[in-house]
Amino acid sequence: MTDVALETRGICRDYHLSGGLFGAPRVLHAVKSVSFRLARGKTLAVVGESGCGKSTLARILSLIDAPTAGELYIDGARIDIARDGLTRDMRRKVQIVFQNPYGSLNPRQKIGDALMEPLLLNTPLPAAERRERAMHMLRKVGLGPEHFNRYPHMFSGGQRQRVAIARALMLSPGLLVLDEPVSALDLSVQAQVLNLLADLQDEFSLTYVFISHDLSVVRYIADEVMVMYYGEVVEAGTRDAVFSDPQHAYTKKLFAATPRADVASIRARVEGRRGAAAQAV
Amino acid sequence: MTLLEIRNLTVSFDTSRGPFRAVDGIDLHVDRSEVLAIVGESGSGKSVGMLAVMGLLPPTATVTADRMAFDGLDLQTITPKQRRRIVGRDIAMIFQEPIASLNPCFTIGFQIGEVLRQHAGLGGRASRARTVELLEAVGLNDAQKRLGAFPHQLSGGQCQRVMIAMAIACNPRLLIADEPTTALDVTIQKQILDLLMRLQAEHGMGLIMITHDMGVVAETADRVVVQYKGRKMEEADVLSLFETPKNPYTRALLSALPENAAGDRLPTVGSFLDGPAGGVS
Repeated sequence: MTDVALETRGICRDYHLSGGLFGAPRVLHAVKSVSFRLARGKTLAVVGESGCGKSTLARILSLIDAPTAGELYIDGARIDIARDGLTRDMRRKVQIVFQNPYGSLNPRQKIGDALMEPLLLNTPLPAAERRERAMHMLRKVGLGPEHFNRYPHMFSGGQRQRVAIARALMLSPGLLVLDEPVSALDLSVQAQVLNLLADLQDEFSLTYVFISHDLSVVRYIADEVMVMYYGEVVEAGTRDAVFSDPQHAYTKKLFAATPRADVASIRARVEGRRGAAAQAV
Repeated sequence: MTLLEIRNLTVSFDTSRGPFRAVDGIDLHVDRSEVLAIVGESGSGKSVGMLAVMGLLPPTATVTADRMAFDGLDLQTITPKQRRRIVGRDIAMIFQEPIASLNPCFTIGFQIGEVLRQHAGLGGRASRARTVELLEAVGLNDAQKRLGAFPHQLSGGQCQRVMIAMAIACNPRLLIADEPTTALDVTIQKQILDLLMRLQAEHGMGLIMITHDMGVVAETADRVVVQYKGRKMEEADVLSLFETPKNPYTRALLSALPENAAGDRLPTVGSFLDGPAGGVS
């Protein structure tokens, strides 16, 4: 029996829409009965297009929203924030990193304070210890002590995403939910952040839930892949199984739509274009 | 036959710390019915250079060039009135954020009609018929009904289609697309790229594709210019660029693609440039 870090059984999330003054109220099923198990130290990638419910799932997994049905287990313990509320212990187990590093940091808060805040709220550590840990974490994510007293606007996008990751790791969580962490970054910076995530996973044996719509990134980072479409999981399996032999029509469509940057497909396209141009003449 | 010719283009901005050169001595040209991709990361000056061509830069920018000509017409010496006649009719541009680049206060029918009135002198029924025709050409279904829709009622992909309809309203000879699919899902990206390539082939337009995505380059370009920090690093046809990249920066960019990952860490552009093989100072 492997060590299961995260398990869901039939997680659903419905939103009740009022429908306006005369319209009938409607129910929107954002997430429909999602079940999976994820072993410790592994990465699950959740793939799908905007509106498919992957971010709603991220909010449930990171204990921001409660599911309307289904069960959530973290480290084997059932967690139900709708019934029991959220305790500090639970908050320390899961953290989330959002897509937009520009929007997820307070522009008027120094980086050091942003890093120390989770410790202030969730632990009884004294100020000197909090400071020490924040400095340590800054070095871990490739920044330095000189960045401690700077404001978010003084950083580049990649550095800000490093800060966001550092902040998520301050409480030493076992599980990190990454909601499109590299989508807003340039290619070279994206490579650095992905490497950082891989290093941190090795060092702290972190479990990642990696939300993304970029299949090339997913192929690089994931152990397990789950494809969502209109709130439902349409395909799930190991990375190699999903990438080598996609079953569902939507997964196939997704693969077909991903640009191919290998020489053979470029040559085929260029030749096709030349042929069409020659015909037109 | 050269459509747009730029020699030694330099754009600098006055900042509190003195002038900042965003574009530094760029040469490029686009032929009729050719697709040129300009690739670079943020800050490489790829958008600024094209905004200089369009005359859309703020007054703080200083633009100098040995030659900047569209179809033989010198863009540096023409009057603002002449420029207004060309921009939007012969040269059109599509921007990255489709929802932000449409006016939220007017219907899309009105906004497309405005282009037709301004540049083609069409009004009333003729303008309306042409607008419907354009919306059908860009694959927006229910075109007749969509005329009265406001931008917030459409999705990102639909708004980008409207932007494309506006751009091709007067059959431009040169279309500049600035990151046209960056904010969109891959399946929608595929549709939009296919649409642009189809329109380009049908009308024999010159197309400049500004992007940071090597996948988009591989799927669309005939010829590629790679820019880094305002300078041109490499220029090659698409096949030889991917097959035998000459410049170290291009090689670094291509190896930072997650699908080209060898081993369990990605090579990063920074480490490449700092190394002994680095060609950028």
